[in-house]
Amino acid sequence: MLSSQIKSNEIVFGSCNKDLLEEIISYGIELGADFLEIFIENTDNSSVLAEEDIITSVSPSFGRGAGIRIFKEKKDGFVSTNDLTKHGLMRSVSQAIEMLDITENKKKEVFNGLNNHRDYSLSKKKWINEVPSIHEISEKLLVSTKSLKKNNKIITRKGSYSRNLQEVIIASSDGTYASDIRLHQTVGLNVIASDAQYRSSGSRRFGSSGMPNEFRLWDHEKAANDVFESSMNMLYAEYVDAGQMPVVLANKFGGVIFHEACGHLLETTQIERGTTPFENKLNEKIAHESVTAIDEGISEGSFGSLSVDDEGMEPEKSVLIKNGILKKFISDRAGELRTGHKRTGSGRRQNYSFAAASRMRNTYIAKGEHSKEDLINSISDGLYCKSMGGGSVGATGQFNFAVEEGYLIKNGKLTNPVKGATLIGEAKEVMTKISMCGNDLELAPGFCGSISGSVNVTVGQPHIKVDSITVGGR
Amino acid sequence: MNSKEITIQISEAANSLNLKKWDYGASFSNDYSVQVDKGEAKQLKASQKQILTLRVWNESNLVGITTTSDISESGIKKALNQANIASDFGNNNERTEFSPLAKDPIEFKDSKKRNPVGIKKLLTLLREAEVKLLESHDSIKSVPYNGLSESFYERVYANSDGAFRSYTKSQAALYLYARAEEKNKKPRSSGSVKLGYGVEDIDVESCIKDASTKTISHLNYASIKTDKYLICFSPESFLTIINAFSSMFNARSILDGVSLSNKNSIGEKLSTEALNIYDDGLHEKNISSSPFDGEGTPTKRLCLINKGRLENFIHSESTARIFKTIPTGHAGLGSKVSVSPDWIVVEKSEENTDLKTSLDHSKYEGEFVYIEELNAIHAGVRASQGSFSLPFDGWLYKNGKKISIESATVAGDIKYLLKNIVNIESNQEVTTSGISPHIWVDELSITGDA
Repeated sequence: MLSSQIKSNEIVFGSCNKDLLEEIISYGIELGADFLEIFIENTDNSSVLAEEDIITSVSPSFGRGAGIRIFKEKKDGFVSTNDLTKHGLMRSVSQAIEMLDITENKKKEVFNGLNNHRDYSLSKKKWINEVPSIHEISEKLLVSTKSLKKNNKIITRKGSYSRNLQEVIIASSDGTYASDIRLHQTVGLNVIASDAQYRSSGSRRFGSSGMPNEFRLWDHEKAANDVFESSMNMLYAEYVDAGQMPVVLANKFGGVIFHEACGHLLETTQIERGTTPFENKLNEKIAHESVTAIDEGISEGSFGSLSVDDEGMEPEKSVLIKNGILKKFISDRAGELRTGHKRTGSGRRQNYSFAAASRMRNTYIAKGEHSKEDLINSISDGLYCKSMGGGSVGATGQFNFAVEEGYLIKNGKLTNPVKGATLIGEAKEVMTKISMCGNDLELAPGFCGSISGSVNVTVGQPHIKVDSITVGGR
Repeated sequence: MNSKEITIQISEAANSLNLKKWDYGASFSNDYSVQVDKGEAKQLKASQKQILTLRVWNESNLVGITTTSDISESGIKKALNQANIASDFGNNNERTEFSPLAKDPIEFKDSKKRNPVGIKKLLTLLREAEVKLLESHDSIKSVPYNGLSESFYERVYANSDGAFRSYTKSQAALYLYARAEEKNKKPRSSGSVKLGYGVEDIDVESCIKDASTKTISHLNYASIKTDKYLICFSPESFLTIINAFSSMFNARSILDGVSLSNKNSIGEKLSTEALNIYDDGLHEKNISSSPFDGEGTPTKRLCLINKGRLENFIHSESTARIFKTIPTGHAGLGSKVSVSPDWIVVEKSEENTDLKTSLDHSKYEGEFVYIEELNAIHAGVRASQGSFSLPFDGWLYKNGKKISIESATVAGDIKYLLKNIVNIESNQEVTTSGISPHIWVDELSITGDA
């Protein structure tokens, strides 16, 4: 039964908004919507930048808004607004109904009210008071950039921190009613090294979700040493010679290759568009038997973890590929409706102004049995990609990735550092060439930009060997 | 609240908090967009957005900032308070002031603001475009990425010194990205984007034709041998490269140590004397033009490269003060004010006798690689080092034949590229990011897997 008495004319965070939400959902369903979902958020963010030995930027921001999505059969209308009053939300519902050209008054769907509130935020309300203050962040960033000043070849030193606190309320006509508080913190270090005509850069980023104390525990000295060493190693590096060769991809952020080249093609949005070569390959072999790949949102503290997705579903651990066999796609509500693949708790969006879509969370290749040395020893002439930059995948599955820090492999040993390498290939082909997986799985945080905006993810893998790939160079 | 009322509200709230010096930038927008899938509406979107960025100066004249989407009375007060707290961390080494040009007259051209056509009209037009594109060639099986949108927005800048600027605009965009498939061949994709002040201004037919022609032209593809090639950059791809390395012209990047230029680089020879490059945000073909920047400085045409030599840097208020010049209208409001180009215009200068004018992409019969579009800029450009390694869409012209290139990258160094320009064609083409002719560069490395 619906509550008939309206207690508030505006969404109030931290309060019970059930009556108002039910009234808005009822309104949309009565107008003929098959399904209606409301996503409301309140954000409190800040970022700090240290350059050399001073703080050059402190940027707080806050905001709030709502995204309302209505489905009619398989099409959907999405309206976003900053107006969280009853009037504003009702107007958005009307706008979505009008956009979808829903004119029939004949009511087909029934809304039975919202279920019991699943409040994932109860233990998280204190987070805002537990995160480090701007003053504390600034002090630690300045110590970090000072740590980068290890010789006079380092000409630029930067340390950056950002904190995003997002409070969300999700309600929909199938009874879903959940709220949560999400906390993401990232910290990064960057340097540029220079000597005469030689230049190199180094960067590392660290991130966590739901751990207000994490920045305090961050080992800035270790991070600074790592970034410094990387930039020094690459300073006098020669450009890599282009060609086809075997490569070893390092663990942690090396996983970006799986994320970009394969992970995106396992999102149901790609099936909807007809742009994945894996569409009809369920239970077929799509990768080397040494490859098992997982996407999950449950690893504690990982950057892509969440208590509940942006459509109100708890995330699950999805084995995407098991010993080379495709087992599952990453699916959201629209994906389930349009492709038939069951939701996996992967409906995600950057903020209220995007409709949720099927997106990766913590995505990684499972560990194998080999040591890193086994992989390198197996190559007589190839490339070791210690640190990967970004990459992209085209509409037909071709991908490319920049190698930030690379070393030649000669006769099973690491030799000279090389720069300017790009890995080029096709998802369908490269997956069959991952022939060895190491036993040193680690995850690394990142941001993934796609149809529903930029979301926090982790990529990961152990060291892996790709038997042959095109390396772009000079 | 309208922008005047918001300014009054900010002024009153600042007074109540004893904040005497402040400025703000804001944008208010209404956007509508549609996507289709094989004749059916897929997603229809509407959004109403407001963003307010407020800066305040404390008693030590240090700046603090806050950004918010909450422009209620309480939201504005909270933003002022947060900015005031942030000002305790203001940068004492590089102070920020109001732009000295924030009250100068600005050039108000006809904004050509159009009225909304509405979601239904957008949907009808996009459905028709999708059908025509699918019917244009048997091999085109789908248009996986498509969209038609219209936006209506107002931008405002005001400060406590009495500056107030505002303008309203409309903009529409159509993109069609087709996928072609033929038996025993890999699928191929390409597309086209068109902008207009309103939906009626968009040349839908030419968007369909471009998307179809480009996609089909990639059906006959082959791998390319890794080697150095004579390259012809399309106007779009050359502008992509120039924008990717625009830190060369950027005073902010110079001060931050991430530019290839330094304070003394003005006058440095970067290229053939035949090359002129301007930044011209007010160009009549720039649909996204803005008459002022984030600090309220008027936008203007600025020569960046004159006859191959670096002529000017782009500036914000603070970088201009450090360089002892005036702001150029390229600032973005932020805790650390950013600087970026508006709209690049590439031209052939009068000093063009050393060019190889026989290199014309429509007539030249020798071997060359035509780069139509560069991809993955975020991953393949090292702006601070000057190097790039980028995947591209393009063709190899050889023995009178044109063959689409499969999975290849072009790599090089921006300074080498600029110095090795061997021809600048005469005809300039308008793109979504600027204007340029075709540019020919000798001896760039291409990696393929042939």
